[in-house]
Amino acid sequence: MNTQRRQAMKAASAWTLVTLVAAAGWLKPGDAAAEDWNKGAFDTHSMDETLKALGGSPPAPSKDIVFFSTPDIAENGAVVPIGIRSSVPKTESIAILIEKNPNMLAAVFDIPPGTDPSLSTRIKMGQTSDVYALVKADGKYYVASKEIKVTLGGCGG
Amino acid sequence: MPDPMKIRANLLGDSTEVKVLMSHEMETGQRKDAQGKTIPAWFIQTVKVTHADKVVLAAQWGPAVSKNPFLSFKFEGGAKGDKVRITWIDNHGDTRTDEATIA
Repeated sequence: MNTQRRQAMKAASAWTLVTLVAAAGWLKPGDAAAEDWNKGAFDTHSMDETLKALGGSPPAPSKDIVFFSTPDIAENGAVVPIGIRSSVPKTESIAILIEKNPNMLAAVFDIPPGTDPSLSTRIKMGQTSDVYALVKADGKYYVASKEIKVTLGGCGG
Repeated sequence: MPDPMKIRANLLGDSTEVKVLMSHEMETGQRKDAQGKTIPAWFIQTVKVTHADKVVLAAQWGPAVSKNPFLSFKFEGGAKGDKVRITWIDNHGDTRTDEATIA
């Protein structure tokens, strides 16, 4: 009886170790998706954490980043069109962050030279929230925000 | 096998406008089914768009991108008849690649 319990506990602690090691990023899953995907950044809940995970410095507010074809009020939070254009010189990447979503970061786009730093996509919003466009240009971060009111949330079930 | 993407690539002056509609559930991992069990997250994590073997856009997505994701952007240097190739990989390791001809 006792040995069985001991074995169970041993097994349990071994598993905990594996989980911890995996969480620390020492064990990398072999599939290609996980390699390029910044898991840490997509698990964050605040602008500070997201910036840290992306390896960046605090962003400067910028008027050179504009939202286009983006509604003030979204009737359906499951499909909110977002358009972001950056006129900051040497824009390298554009990220979309939604302050009140369970995880703040929605998407990161890398913009190689020759590609227009302007794109549109559609995102989900759980509730009315500020949406941030975070632009990395020449190694520095810039940000613009816009509040979008959501009539019907897109994350609940 | 996931459904094909719908890709449109059009030459507008000096640049090529790419519009793509992917077919994917983009399940957040936050929703619960009728029995109250959490529906596991299932979403596209990386997207890569290439033209003439050069990456013209690379993206990392979280589950907050809408179901059946839409994406539109422009890049310089395409010509009519060139191919634009788009690949996505989701968190299950499933992947899909589709091509479109610039018109």
